Amino acid sequence: MNWEPLLLTFKLALFTTVILILIGIPVAYWLSNTKSRLKPIFETLVSMPLVLPPTVLGFYFLMAFSPNNIFGNWLDEWLGIKLVFSFSGLIIASVIYSLPFMVHPVQSGLSGISRSITEASFVMGKSKWETLLKVQLPQIKPALLTGIVLSFAHTVGEFGVVLMIGGNIPGKTKVASIAIYDEVEALNYDAANFYSLVLFAITFCILLSVYLVNGNYFKGFWK
Amino acid sequence: MIKLDISKELQGPMGTMTLRLNLNIESGQFITLYGPSGVGKTSVLRMISGLMQPDFGQICVEEQTWFDTKTKVNFSPQKRKVGYVFQDYALFPHMTVLENLNFAKAKNQNNDSTSDLMEIMELEQLQNRKPSTLSGGQKQRVALARALVQKPKILLLDEPLAALDSAIRHKLQGYLKKVHQEFKLTTILVSHDVGEIVNLTDYVYQLEEGKILKQGTPEAIFIDQSLSGKFKFIGEVLKIQQEEIISVVTVRIHTDVVKVVVQHEEASNLTIGDKVLVLSKAFNPLLYKIEA
Repeated sequence: MNWEPLLLTFKLALFTTVILILIGIPVAYWLSNTKSRLKPIFETLVSMPLVLPPTVLGFYFLMAFSPNNIFGNWLDEWLGIKLVFSFSGLIIASVIYSLPFMVHPVQSGLSGISRSITEASFVMGKSKWETLLKVQLPQIKPALLTGIVLSFAHTVGEFGVVLMIGGNIPGKTKVASIAIYDEVEALNYDAANFYSLVLFAITFCILLSVYLVNGNYFKGFWK
Repeated sequence: MIKLDISKELQGPMGTMTLRLNLNIESGQFITLYGPSGVGKTSVLRMISGLMQPDFGQICVEEQTWFDTKTKVNFSPQKRKVGYVFQDYALFPHMTVLENLNFAKAKNQNNDSTSDLMEIMELEQLQNRKPSTLSGGQKQRVALARALVQKPKILLLDEPLAALDSAIRHKLQGYLKKVHQEFKLTTILVSHDVGEIVNLTDYVYQLEEGKILKQGTPEAIFIDQSLSGKFKFIGEVLKIQQEEIISVVTVRIHTDVVKVVVQHEEASNLTIGDKVLVLSKAFNPLLYKIEA
């Protein structure tokens, strides 16, 4: 059996999740604190991937990153980066595609912390950064875990965006979901079944562990 | 010396109102801001601590200007040395009592201050407990100790005892007194509770619609000065019973309950829950030793 598409899927999901932790938390922090009038616009943009067909997103990425285009051309000539039909292109597309899955839980977690708790920390002379790290984030561990796991699982389940921008290059952009489609088209039902079964089992285990942990079934271990 | 000259437009329960205050507080004084809800008492504390910005004015603490609209000085809450006890205690739920206190330490501060405070507030037994396992009174003691860790220049208390029952409230007033005697901190208390104010504070500012309505010592504000009683206590009316010739009013004074006989007309002015002054003039009290 060929494990390559599965490994590629999990590599993509891992990279995407790590980047989303770094981007999603600041975005969620900003959204939960801002009084800006532009907030609804940013909230809408973050949530768009939830409702847009993945192919729409993929299509625009393809257009934007194509070397025939000004932006794609600039990336290629100045930075030597080719985002179309490459693994790095897949990561960027996945980050945007899974952004709401990280931002929403973290944002609602942060908004749920009583204002006086963060203010108490400020009055004690702690900076916003220290307060976020030591006071706010430790209190929303369940929300963080949900965000991390959902982003990971959602990236594993990606198909449309990946197909549009990554194509189907073995070892580079051929992730499990595409491999399944490929095998079914070639009438290789056994191979398709293998990939499907592995994805099914792994995603089931991941989601089950979130519900167990957040439902406090492992008392004392997490909270 | 704390100089406060601030003005701020606030959204009160009756619509927009302007909070306009000009106070000078002596160092080491324990003062109270008193008045109904929504007159801007908490906002004053928030502006002193830097959590809210006055529209214009000046806040000076011991020769240091923390806020001034003219010179555009505005210290962040982090730079002002303020101890703040929030109404909901604001303890960090993921930290133990000891961790809560240690978090408040400045970077180069040693452990002496926390261990002293643990002792004064009698928290040693509780030091490894999480806030969720503490009673209201215990949480309040932790919050007070935590506010003192960084050796603040002012202590701000926002209705610290409002959510507690009367017996515990009385005990905690004892702690507040002890803390004030020990550290001689300039303290600003926001409170509705007349008993608490008379028991604890030196000076009262009574606010209404963002302005000072009355100011003076608690006795001058709450107790009619024309009466010269030898014994006077502030209590709360619990029950009014009409008898044939007189009425009997049951009053709670701190933790004791007493019955007072009054005329029917006097009783008709009272309702249950009223704050009353119980006093007795020109009599010779008796003393009995109950403990050596």
